[in-house]
Amino acid sequence: MAQHQVNYLKDGGLPVALTSIDKVVNWGRSNSIWALTYGLACCGIEMMASGASRYDFDRFGTIFRASPRQADVMIVAGTLTKKHAEFIRRLYDQMTEPKWVISMGSCANTGGMFNTYATVQGVDRVIPVDLYLPGCAPRPESLQYAVMLLQKKIRSEKAIKAQKPKRLM
Amino acid sequence: MRPYTPKDDVQKKSYYTDRYWVAPQVPKSDVSEDAVFAADHAALRAHFEILEDYIQRGQMVIYIHPKDNYAVLEFLRDHCGYTQLSELSAIDWIAQRGGFEVFYQMLSMTKKKRIRVKCFIGEHEAINSVEKLFRSADWSEREMYDMFGIKVNNHPFMKRILMPDDWEGFPLRKTYPLQGDEFAAWYEVDRIFGKEARDIIGPEIRDTARVDRYDTERFAQLGHEVPKGSTFDPNQPKTPLAYQEEGGVFLIEGFDETKSKIISDRKR
Repeated sequence: MAQHQVNYLKDGGLPVALTSIDKVVNWGRSNSIWALTYGLACCGIEMMASGASRYDFDRFGTIFRASPRQADVMIVAGTLTKKHAEFIRRLYDQMTEPKWVISMGSCANTGGMFNTYATVQGVDRVIPVDLYLPGCAPRPESLQYAVMLLQKKIRSEKAIKAQKPKRLM
Repeated sequence: MRPYTPKDDVQKKSYYTDRYWVAPQVPKSDVSEDAVFAADHAALRAHFEILEDYIQRGQMVIYIHPKDNYAVLEFLRDHCGYTQLSELSAIDWIAQRGGFEVFYQMLSMTKKKRIRVKCFIGEHEAINSVEKLFRSADWSEREMYDMFGIKVNNHPFMKRILMPDDWEGFPLRKTYPLQGDEFAAWYEVDRIFGKEARDIIGPEIRDTARVDRYDTERFAQLGHEVPKGSTFDPNQPKTPLAYQEEGGVFLIEGFDETKSKIISDRKR
């Protein structure tokens, strides 16, 4: 029996934290956003730099996965051509719910400077986008900020939603 | 190859002032001026009909009949030492002359010389493949078919190389609009969702200068957090920049801006 008095309800003495289901689920989700590698063009280089040691996305729990089944967020980094549009849609459909999309850079947002016949004018014509990140190309700091904003968005969502898959239409 | 022009005085001198400026023609000289080319030309002329010939920028250009293209390139490879086909494509002359000019750029490593073999074909004519002579012609001919719609006979795999297989139109023709025809504009929508989705998704927005500052569907407001699709009042107070919501986040330490240190030495 300890001689000193421990106030179990104060100072974290009791190994119990009270919270709500929403908060704890969203805490888990927002701090392990596994990203699908989707480097399509030069933005992909910035995305790779974000994942590498200097900017180190792993600190935020963002680990790049090569499989859509294991990914939570699709970072569309680069120019989406019309030939590739059906594949990005297929990979998006293969991701498990809940899933989010960051559209990284001008080309993914609006088609950017590629105002041509072969470029999709904004990736949101094909898949629903949660967060648009401007820049050409955005620096790794911008992508980190985008991921932090996405974390903020995830935290504000209801953890257990009615199972309604996100559809563009 | 383009001649090199020094770019260090580009700010001092205005190059494009005259509206009716006509590009100077690159001077052509006779084939007999270069001994190596003259010998090649004489050897070729013994077997094939040469329609036109000249030397331009140190390269010999010869025009032949399109039916001779395989034989001429074989002759140049086996007897004249032009062992490489460095480039192959076409030029669209449909509006002016009703066809295409197909060119083959040849390189001889032993002679250190380049020859351009050209031939003219009509809009709906096909040309023989030279893929059996040069493996590099394989993809080049596919690209020529993809971009110009020139059919190539005897090609082992005549299929589009850059555009999707079900694409309509040939993008490098002068008549093809840069921003695409109707097929191109709806391609990804038709392909993924079907034609009936066109009304829901809507046409492409191509006008990059179109900015409506009150449009909250498409534009963010600097300094404000505005829900998508809601009305925006520019006089409303700005939303402070915050990485975390008010009250902090469960189990995660908040970022205190006052305690952060800004590093002035960027090279640190």
